[in-house]
Amino acid sequence: MLHNPAVPSPRLEVAGLAKSYGQRVVLRDLSFSVGVGECYALLGPNGAGKSTTIRCIQGLTAPDAGGVYLDGRPLADWPAGGHARMGVVAQQDQLDPDFTVEENLWTYGRYFRLPAALIRQRSRELLAFMALEEFAQRPIQSLSGGMRRRLSVARALIHQPQLLLLDEPTTGLDPQARHLLWQRLRALQREGVTLLLTTHYLDEAERLADRVGILQHGSILAEDAPVAMIQKHIPGEVLELRRRDGALPDAENWHQGRVAAAERSGDTLFLFDPQPERVRAHFAADPDYQLLQRPATLEDVFLRLTGRELREGEE
Amino acid sequence: MMRRHYALPGWGALALLRRNFLVWRKLLLPSLLGNFVDPLLYLLALGYGLGHFVGRMEGMSYITFIASGIVASSAMNTATFEGLYSAYTRMAVQNTYLAILATPLQIGDIVLGELLWCAIKGAISAVAIILVASLFGAIDWRWLPLALPVILLTGFSFGAIALAFTALSRSYDFFMYYFTLAVTPMFLFCGVFYPLKTLPLLAQKIALVLPLTHAVLLLRPLLTGQLPSNVWLHLGVLLAYALVAYLLAAYLLRRRLLR
Repeated sequence: MLHNPAVPSPRLEVAGLAKSYGQRVVLRDLSFSVGVGECYALLGPNGAGKSTTIRCIQGLTAPDAGGVYLDGRPLADWPAGGHARMGVVAQQDQLDPDFTVEENLWTYGRYFRLPAALIRQRSRELLAFMALEEFAQRPIQSLSGGMRRRLSVARALIHQPQLLLLDEPTTGLDPQARHLLWQRLRALQREGVTLLLTTHYLDEAERLADRVGILQHGSILAEDAPVAMIQKHIPGEVLELRRRDGALPDAENWHQGRVAAAERSGDTLFLFDPQPERVRAHFAADPDYQLLQRPATLEDVFLRLTGRELREGEE
Repeated sequence: MMRRHYALPGWGALALLRRNFLVWRKLLLPSLLGNFVDPLLYLLALGYGLGHFVGRMEGMSYITFIASGIVASSAMNTATFEGLYSAYTRMAVQNTYLAILATPLQIGDIVLGELLWCAIKGAISAVAIILVASLFGAIDWRWLPLALPVILLTGFSFGAIALAFTALSRSYDFFMYYFTLAVTPMFLFCGVFYPLKTLPLLAQKIALVLPLTHAVLLLRPLLTGQLPSNVWLHLGVLLAYALVAYLLAAYLLRRRLLR
């Protein structure tokens, strides 16, 4: 059932990764490829294995089976695990709080053994690119969450990596900060940087990714371009039904046979159909009902494929 | 491309050393002030206060006797503090090590970089004491160039033991045990304040297994104008502690960070 369009000569290939911690299986036969210059989003609920996947690609976690290939070569064959070609933006803040914005870039550049002239030039470019120029001398503590995240991305780019790994890059950011970061990530992609990001924000995947892989219990459940995936799994529009008194909407299942698909989740009934107008008119006549009709999104696909129950797993 | 063993360091250790130095430089004044004031208080209180009643010890004034001991114990204390609290902050709070592991640096670079810094910080505090104690005429500078490498080795060894402990710790609270059960007993029973031979025989034997004893037995003669005896034994014990603790710290840090 895995739809895997062949990626010719991928920048990154993850092949058959498996990882267990004792009885807990985190990754099972996980495979996907990211083409040169592509943006691939790994989408999954908490505990699906997103962070472990990133850790495996970084070489921080040794998989029990399978391998990671960078430009067709196993990671282990690259000097320093391929880190000279890879940038990482971690989920938790890893900036150096003892340093200013600029000093963070300098210190990081030295870890890559870049010459001072190059660090100076890259810092200037990256601070301008990330709209952080005025804050170069500021201590990290004085930065907002969005600024810190942009600095994290800038720092990960100091050595001009061809592949950028981003683990939940906009978690916890306000809408403006998210949009600014998205713009920058799209600009990076236009410059030819290959992006792999994990997210549980469906709109983020829809806006950024060329392809999306839905991760569930450690393997890819479905993979496609966002629009194609929506069209494949959700027939047409979505109609959400709720009752004002909180009771079960359409308890008699009147909708059955009248829509292409339906799903219940708590107090809401989700109806999927290319032309839901007739069904909509039926319930709109009832004052007890609240209706919301909208185009299908990746969120609907995601929830249909991974289930609507809340996951309290940790990753 | 041969992969290097995880515990083997490379040039990256110097990049981390430089990072730690740059952070320290930002807090230079309060940090140095502590390095000078602390030993001054000890020397005044014990050297003059207690020394007044003690008189001479092993043929030297009491302040001369304890000055060299405090040089050794200060290198221990400073390196231990760096290897515990500061390293733990970088490892578990600021995620500095994880950020570094996304670069070409590896575990061995982190361990060596941290331990070189522990050795240097220990030496900074030791030199501060040497300077202060010299004002009291309690230090003979003749063999100082030989004392400095011993001081660095002492800081390296204690830093390595501390870093291994840090890699096991779940919170700062664990460090209290380490101070109470390891650092304080060494401070009190390894010959800093009185000669080992005043201890009961069993206690002397235990003290001879501990690294601070050997640092003191090397540094006391060197800082009072004499050459120590059993040099290779003392150096050997300090080097053994340094090497074993280095490998242990690398193993434990790897187990903690790369899982």
